[in-house]
Amino acid sequence: MFGAGGGTSAYVEAEDADLLVLWGSNARETHPIFFHHVLQGLKKGARMWSVDPRRTSTAQWADGWLGLDVGTDVALANAIGREIIHAGLVNEVFVERSTTGFEDYRATVEPYTLARAQEITGVDAGLIRDLAHAYARADRAQICWTLGITEHHNAADNVFALINLALLTGHVGRYGSGLVPLRGQNNVQGGGDMGAIPAKLPGGYDLGDETARARYERAWGVPISPKPGMHLSEIFEAMDTGTLRALYCIGENPAESEANAAHARHLLEGLDHLVVQDIFRTATAELADVVLPAAADWCEYEGTVTNSERRVQRVRKAIDPPGSARPDTHIICGVAERMGHAWGEPTAEQVWDELRSLSQNWHAGMSYARLDALGGIQWPCPTEDHPGTPTLHTRLWAEEPEDRGRPAPFMPVEHAAPLDVLSEEFPIRLTTVRILDAYNSGVQSGGYSSPMRRRESLRMDAEDGARLGIADGERVRVVSRRGAVEAPVAFDPSLRPGLASFTPHFSEEVDINVLTNDAWDPKSGTSEFKATAIRIERIGSEKI
Amino acid sequence: MTTVLLGSISRLVTVTVDGRELRVPEGATILDVLREQGVETPTLCWAPNLTPINACRVCMVEVEGSRVLVPSCARKVDDGMVVRTDTEKVRHSRRMVLELLASSVDMDQASEDVQRWMVEYGVEPGRYGPPAPPEDDRAGHRVGHHHAPDGSTAANVAQPVKVDNDLYVRDYARCILCYKCVKACGTDAQFTFAISAAGRGFDAHIATEYDGELPDSACVYCGNCIGVCPTGALKSVREHELREAGDWRPEKETVTTTICSFCGVGCNLELHVQQGSIVNVTSPSDHSVTHGHLCIKGRFGFQHVQNLPEA
Repeated sequence: MFGAGGGTSAYVEAEDADLLVLWGSNARETHPIFFHHVLQGLKKGARMWSVDPRRTSTAQWADGWLGLDVGTDVALANAIGREIIHAGLVNEVFVERSTTGFEDYRATVEPYTLARAQEITGVDAGLIRDLAHAYARADRAQICWTLGITEHHNAADNVFALINLALLTGHVGRYGSGLVPLRGQNNVQGGGDMGAIPAKLPGGYDLGDETARARYERAWGVPISPKPGMHLSEIFEAMDTGTLRALYCIGENPAESEANAAHARHLLEGLDHLVVQDIFRTATAELADVVLPAAADWCEYEGTVTNSERRVQRVRKAIDPPGSARPDTHIICGVAERMGHAWGEPTAEQVWDELRSLSQNWHAGMSYARLDALGGIQWPCPTEDHPGTPTLHTRLWAEEPEDRGRPAPFMPVEHAAPLDVLSEEFPIRLTTVRILDAYNSGVQSGGYSSPMRRRESLRMDAEDGARLGIADGERVRVVSRRGAVEAPVAFDPSLRPGLASFTPHFSEEVDINVLTNDAWDPKSGTSEFKATAIRIERIGSEKI
Repeated sequence: MTTVLLGSISRLVTVTVDGRELRVPEGATILDVLREQGVETPTLCWAPNLTPINACRVCMVEVEGSRVLVPSCARKVDDGMVVRTDTEKVRHSRRMVLELLASSVDMDQASEDVQRWMVEYGVEPGRYGPPAPPEDDRAGHRVGHHHAPDGSTAANVAQPVKVDNDLYVRDYARCILCYKCVKACGTDAQFTFAISAAGRGFDAHIATEYDGELPDSACVYCGNCIGVCPTGALKSVREHELREAGDWRPEKETVTTTICSFCGVGCNLELHVQQGSIVNVTSPSDHSVTHGHLCIKGRFGFQHVQNLPEA
């Protein structure tokens, strides 16, 4: 945000915040150790609000729960913004000195009255008002979010809507106040920081940044196209149109993790050549022409990962990789060598030091020795005597305009309902959820035996069950516009009429992404995993 | 918007420890000062990542003007405080605490430090007589229904190991009731409150609600109780099985710090490896991300790297 793709706050700040808004995040289960910091904050007297369609185990700790309808986050955030403006709770000094575009924002949110927001979101207008006032009046408030915000067709707009609230109230750039996207994987942050985003160079530079690009070109001795490559959703589209015929897939299991999975598998099968480099023989690897067995770098090799507070930390080798598995960098260098480029077999530290020589603002000061000594360092860390940056964007509070730098822009956004619309034929909203003891497509977490594990079931509301004549535990057929699966039903009190859920963890039991929508957000490339329209059929009956 | 001062302003106070005058930060505990000064002080219920529990009474020191010994782990320093750590009264008290614990609890798997303290303080647990035979159902004792021992044997908490799930065991014959697990499960870290103390007097024990099995309790298997247990009463099933089979090799163990492979919080993991396999996972108590506490995936979810097909 504001030119730096990372959360603004250190975890410890949650312990000293007055108000924490967990929006589209069930951190109690999905980021349990971050939630420890939240709990210490609550112990000290902080208030916590949960904004989530489900009454999650996080919501159970909240002072207030806003159970909005799936995909109505922008309408809710805009109504909160409007209420803050109308109640005179805008941080005018901050907005005046450190932001741009307030008037446009005010005009955009003006139609989002509490009453209209209640109509769109299903959340009581009084509760929306309460959250608006609590957030604006807090000394130190954070908004933390996860996939409930980002797995939508308008993911980027959802994020902008939350950022706008922080700008309106000055809840950013100060200790304890911030915007905290909790990353889903141990190196999502680091992967992006290293340039695994089509429009970015390693170190956070835009591909369009001529100076930075020239530096990378000089170091690597090759021209770099200023044109961004494809993100994952575009890659699958290019496979569909036949312009992309070969794929090299590293540590990703799209045959199970992509939305509209049956179609995704069909596209993978249709490739001329598929290479999979992974630590497991995944469902995607089963489709591959070549499988390159990789070491599990987190315990079988060396390197770094970057967490949700921008902390770069070392991973280290504790055990030997099995059989012929090799570290990812060694495999890639081996492939390069066969292509006629002798890159040798650099150590992880040598690769890192090259990155440090190029990522001058963020990583230059992070030698392995310092990472070891300090227990990780939070970027930006431009020099070897820099302590790292726990709180980002403090410049926005500087007294002198030249110290404040470029103001942070409001990004006005409009509500846009989920693309997979509810209809008579598909009347129930299916959302995907994650649970404490399992992880993503289950290839890692399936390896241990959790006493909490239950068979994968369609979670639904008992009232819906009664209405449809379905009993708890009964096997049903779940149908979306893209496909159908069978699964047992489990009634779940965290849900409400019209809302059902699956986890993505057990695709060998229930291949849920056969149902999900592969329509994606043009700004972020994320598919609409969170909002699928379904109907639930009793098995044996033609239709409900 | 008001400016709020977070934390306290630290000023220095003067204390005397074993005759040495020291300037130390106000708000420090006596134990903080002793550790800083390198004065070895035995502790069982204290841990750097838990609030002081005050249960074990082995860290007691003399404070001038105090009628009784004071627990160094919890008592904060005062200006002018005079502390003595190596007096007959202190040594005798520590010896008695360790001796009574060792006579009633199996301390074999307590840390090397504990074993060394027992030697240093001259602990003789055997002088209370031979241990009474184990009991299968100590939790079944009812308040007021037990009888005073006749003195021919040493009362103890010997009982079978509870193995009721695939991840960790509860070996309460080794439990000294330090309450660390209760605090880690509760308000010091996990806020799950799956365990607490049940029973009174010598029948007091750590239990789930209604003394049920773990899978029927609120437990979410974070294992943070294992992480703080000082005596081996709580341990992973893997460690338990390796010990039972005589394959436990702590002397050959390596510990490597890395980062968890699951969510994006970035928890530091210490992988304890014996004979090429990860046998336990802990987290450093002084790291700002975890404070030594993990979730089920971090502590137990490593098995995917060692589920190898039969060669």
